[in-house]
Amino acid sequence: MLGTMNFPILTWITFLPILGILIILLVPSGKDDKGQELSKIIIRWVAVGITFMQLILAVIIYLNYNPAMAGVNDLKTFQFVEKLSWITATLPMVGNINIEYFMGIDGISVPMILLTAIICFVAVFPSFGIKKAVKGYFAMYLLLDLGMMGVFCALDFFLFYLFWELMLLPMYFLIGVWGGPRKEYAAIKFFIYTLVGSVFMLLVMIGLYHSTGSFNLLEMMNAANFRGDSIFGGINTTIRYVAFMGLFIGFAIKVPLFPFHTWLPDAHVEAPTPISVILAGVLLKMGAYGMIRIAFPIFPDAFGYFQTLIAWLGMISIVYGAFCALGQHKVGKRDFKKLIAYSSVSHMGLVILGLASMRPEGTVGAIFQMFNHGIITAMLFMIVGVIYDRAHTRGLDDFGGLAKKMPIYTGIMAVAFFAAIGLPGMSGFISEVLVFLGSFKSYPVLTIISGLSIILGAAYMLWALQKIFFGVIPEKWQGPWDPTKLIYKTDDVNGLEMVALIPLAIIVIFLGVYPNPILNLMTGSVNHFIEIMRPFVYIGGM
Amino acid sequence: MMDISDLVKSISLFKPETTLIVTFLLAMMFDMAIKKSKNIAGYIAIAGLVIAGFFLFQQTGANYKAFASLLVVDSFGQFLKFIILMSSLIIIIFSFFSDELHNAHTKLGEYYTLIIGMTFGMFLLVGSANLIMIYVAIETMSISSYVLAGYTKEVKRASEASLKYVIFGAISSGIMIYGISMLFGLTGSLNLFEINQFLAANKVATLPLLLSGLMILSGFGYKISAVPFHFWTPDVYEGAPVTITAYLSVASKAAGFAVLLRFFKTGLLDSIPGTSEAWQLLGNIDWHYVIAVLAVLTMTLGNLVALWQTNMKRLLAYSSIAHAGYLMMAVSVMNDNGVSAVLIYFFFYMLMNLGAFFVVQLVANKLNSEDIEEYNGLGYRSPVLAVCMTVFLISLTGLPPTSGFIGKLYVFSSVINSGYIWLAIVGVLNSVVSLYYYVKIIRNMYLRDVESTKSKLVFSPITIAIVLMLAIPSLLFGVYFTPIVEWANYSMNIFVGN
Repeated sequence: MLGTMNFPILTWITFLPILGILIILLVPSGKDDKGQELSKIIIRWVAVGITFMQLILAVIIYLNYNPAMAGVNDLKTFQFVEKLSWITATLPMVGNINIEYFMGIDGISVPMILLTAIICFVAVFPSFGIKKAVKGYFAMYLLLDLGMMGVFCALDFFLFYLFWELMLLPMYFLIGVWGGPRKEYAAIKFFIYTLVGSVFMLLVMIGLYHSTGSFNLLEMMNAANFRGDSIFGGINTTIRYVAFMGLFIGFAIKVPLFPFHTWLPDAHVEAPTPISVILAGVLLKMGAYGMIRIAFPIFPDAFGYFQTLIAWLGMISIVYGAFCALGQHKVGKRDFKKLIAYSSVSHMGLVILGLASMRPEGTVGAIFQMFNHGIITAMLFMIVGVIYDRAHTRGLDDFGGLAKKMPIYTGIMAVAFFAAIGLPGMSGFISEVLVFLGSFKSYPVLTIISGLSIILGAAYMLWALQKIFFGVIPEKWQGPWDPTKLIYKTDDVNGLEMVALIPLAIIVIFLGVYPNPILNLMTGSVNHFIEIMRPFVYIGGM
Repeated sequence: MMDISDLVKSISLFKPETTLIVTFLLAMMFDMAIKKSKNIAGYIAIAGLVIAGFFLFQQTGANYKAFASLLVVDSFGQFLKFIILMSSLIIIIFSFFSDELHNAHTKLGEYYTLIIGMTFGMFLLVGSANLIMIYVAIETMSISSYVLAGYTKEVKRASEASLKYVIFGAISSGIMIYGISMLFGLTGSLNLFEINQFLAANKVATLPLLLSGLMILSGFGYKISAVPFHFWTPDVYEGAPVTITAYLSVASKAAGFAVLLRFFKTGLLDSIPGTSEAWQLLGNIDWHYVIAVLAVLTMTLGNLVALWQTNMKRLLAYSSIAHAGYLMMAVSVMNDNGVSAVLIYFFFYMLMNLGAFFVVQLVANKLNSEDIEEYNGLGYRSPVLAVCMTVFLISLTGLPPTSGFIGKLYVFSSVINSGYIWLAIVGVLNSVVSLYYYVKIIRNMYLRDVESTKSKLVFSPITIAIVLMLAIPSLLFGVYFTPIVEWANYSMNIFVGN
């Protein structure tokens, strides 16, 4: 097995983008127009190459991963572990400061690593449309990739925090430089919102360090490691509740959970297509991942205290997000992208509801929903990107009858739409059912209310489908998209776009029919996770 | 009291300061003798600083009350003296490349000499353990800095800056000396060690002690530009030459924090054994609280006002007020952890703040403006410089993986460890506010005027190398900071003489 070989695969998969960045920065810009064009092509394909290598590494990890080993809080059952001493300094008052380069994965992180690798790879292709400052774009893109991968591998809180914050700046630039008309506003809003979340995380991290004398996440999960007189020592203390809330809000902003979601629609609407894809596909998952990895198991007592509140917030996000998405048909600019952004809020609420249920099936469903939502929303944003690139508008009312003009496109789109609605046979269905199964046992009323979102989801999605793809093509789109045939030779999706979309569509259908390859990864870890949480939380039906 | 052996030992420990005095004189003489070279005094100054640094290094491990307890030589002072020394060195190098200074003057002899004079004053201040000595040291550094602030005397706002600096300086010195006289009246001594012994043995009325303490604090607060003694800062920082602004924002603050910490630890510490966790201070005054409130006011005002600034120097002036606030948070916990956090923060602050000011100076050389709008498209006009500036700004904000983050981490860590959770929350919220104005500069550099068609700005390789020499450590110490932490921990014990 690779994990036992001395090949630091997690380091490789995380830091491969650095190599890409170096190559990209060294590519000369080119003197004349031809040279510049060549340099851009090289840069793009370097990015493709690097992300493809990451994908291969992710698949190797997937194939060598042993689902029988649980992980979560047990170092011995973590896999591909890399543990090196990184910073050691003697502090007379607080003992030694000891930060480790500590990476390892379990059943909760493997699906996320797989997702990150897939999304980062496919999102490179829509990035080919980026025209200005190509070098900077791909450098930032790969840096973002690095940060995301690192977050899912890190098991040392300090390291985790480093990767977490590392993503902020590239994301700021990617939205701010290459975004839409209100990019500056959206970029700084994103930056400030996430920073507010992470500074609270920083304080809790410091407090945890002073309580346990270590940044090791696994040691923080063991109540025996907390010194009795320390700030987070004891159980069910007010300060522990406050600290949990600090962490929770930090992660909830990223999810984003109602009422911390307001940055998301702005960021999505202004971000360029590939960045929307990454934002929805991976970045939002980090919030929920952080809860499972850090907030819940370190403060299980506080989670038990707030469990119902969290379930409520999940429910409100689900319903509120769905209503907002529906509202995009009637109010505002009727922006297709905004509709999907709000549907993300709704779907991520489902993840939180599933987690709050603390039932094994609900939690497995939540993590699976994270994976599926990543894939499905990535597809949806790319689909919006395809027509936006051609028509330069995303207005829901500006289109009609595209099914005739773009048959293949409509086919792919239908897969994504129906998966988003949760049609049986698509991956989204499985995860929604699992979440509802779990949450119904713990929170029946909330689950029934949340079930409303399925109807709302069908309404806003089908309405969009009808408006854009059926009916009559408006006058101005009657002719070909590109009469000169320079950029778009045919009216339908081009090869590059298909490379990005088709694999995702296959994943959606395959997992809808046979979800076990992903479900099997995490059941062991989730069961162990529930066992850790069980003494502190309410689990319906158990 | 003062025997010969004390004098001999004191003089041997006074070598760094002596070197500075000799350098001061040599620089002046060489400047007059050699007319051709414009920067001769600067070269002499650099040589002198390097030698002084060598002597300073020799003092490692020394703990001594020199000159009958007028000055203290200890590792805490050594650390901050190194900070001052390094900033002086860096500032002199910056000055070689300052068009602003070179256009206004044919020769810069006095300029470099005055910097050495100011360094000397700061060295004294760092070591002072006697109230009169503190006063004299503050005046020594102040007089040089008043002149330096108005050094480009043809520039109207520089003269204005200088005058304001003098007036505010005079007022706060006046208040301070009044406070000193009250403390003298209360305790019958000017020596911090004797004051400490007196306070430990006798009961002193609280109100006069509080008043005198606050008055003395106003003198220190003026040097570190803490609210409400900060009013001079924006105008002086904006008006003075960039090099001097940078110098004031780092070295002068280092000296101010040194004397602030030493005053509390030496003068007011209750040295009963078993109180090593937090310093127990004499008298019934909660100094933690006083400093904490000042810290909150300082950082909040600094950050909020900085939001509206459009002049880079003014913006960085308010940002430096905010940083003084963060540092005061660490002072307010009043224990050795806090001292170590101050030292760690200062080292990183020196790198990033000097770096940011140098970029401002270079851009002003080319564009003749410090307006934030002039930075539009800089990321495309001068990529390396803009990347370095981004590193400095991110570091000033305190985001990983930069050294500024490590500084903040230690400051917040010391605050949380002492249980001041509310203070830590105010502190982190302040960093969020600061993000907005630092990122405003980054926004202008990269988000505005994308792929600028304006001419590229070409800087000489040596200036770029200097910027990189500050930017690269700013990044590297963000991921590997063991040496600085070890050094600061070694230096955090202020010698209290028992």
